[in-house]
Amino acid sequence: MNLRRDVFQAIADPTRRAILLLVASQAMTAGAIASNFDTARPTVSKHLQILTECELLGQKQNGREIYYHLNAKNMKEVANFIEPFRKMWDDRYNKLEEVMKKYKPKK
Amino acid sequence: MEQKTKVTAEDGKQDLMITREFDLPVELLFKAHTDPELIEQWMSNPYATSKLLKFEGKKHGSYQQQSTDANGKVVFSASGVFHDIIPNKKIIRTFEMENAPLGVQLEILNFEKLDDHKSKLTTHTIYESGVLRDQQLKMPFAQGLSMAHDRMQEIVSKLK
Repeated sequence: MNLRRDVFQAIADPTRRAILLLVASQAMTAGAIASNFDTARPTVSKHLQILTECELLGQKQNGREIYYHLNAKNMKEVANFIEPFRKMWDDRYNKLEEVMKKYKPKK
Repeated sequence: MEQKTKVTAEDGKQDLMITREFDLPVELLFKAHTDPELIEQWMSNPYATSKLLKFEGKKHGSYQQQSTDANGKVVFSASGVFHDIIPNKKIIRTFEMENAPLGVQLEILNFEKLDDHKSKLTTHTIYESGVLRDQQLKMPFAQGLSMAHDRMQEIVSKLK
């Protein structure tokens, strides 16, 4: 399965998670983001590219500068990725409860 | 609404915990896990019917389960063995899904009496690796996405 790029892969990287945290508070240029890391600028650019491809980051042109901002809607979806798994078990256990409440032991 | 079922999966680990309290005496909760007819009932849903092809609910016994969709197509099959079954207390079993690269899992189910009408189930599942655990956790999420995608395609194709 290829969901564009895998968003889970994207957030598995600690630098990329740090970038997401950074832009969560305010939109930033690539240069401003890179200045927070010891890693080489091209490496940060690559991370930004991956996060943008996954649509976790959005870009906005402001004059000559490109600002990166957090795509909150998509982030929420990813943060909750365990939720469908939990829901699956919740539904099953609700059913179990329902079945057993009606259960009459055969004598 | 309060979430009755909780899933705990710590970062970087290869196991997970599912906990749930039931408005059922512990005997009935345990029965729901050892009576094949009852298991088939609660494991089935509007989209898939669950069948136990084999079920030996005892120490060293084994089981084989299968789910089919409305058209009779097999959508899920899995099997495992019971390592131990202690009535109203514990079930230790393995579980492996067929045709899914998730490896085998060790499941330890703890049944706990809270009072005469309430009980708690804690399922501790251990995977072969953390990567496999995460893949399993993502499956319903990915399926949800692909189902939504399929439904969308279905609707769009009807529009043409």
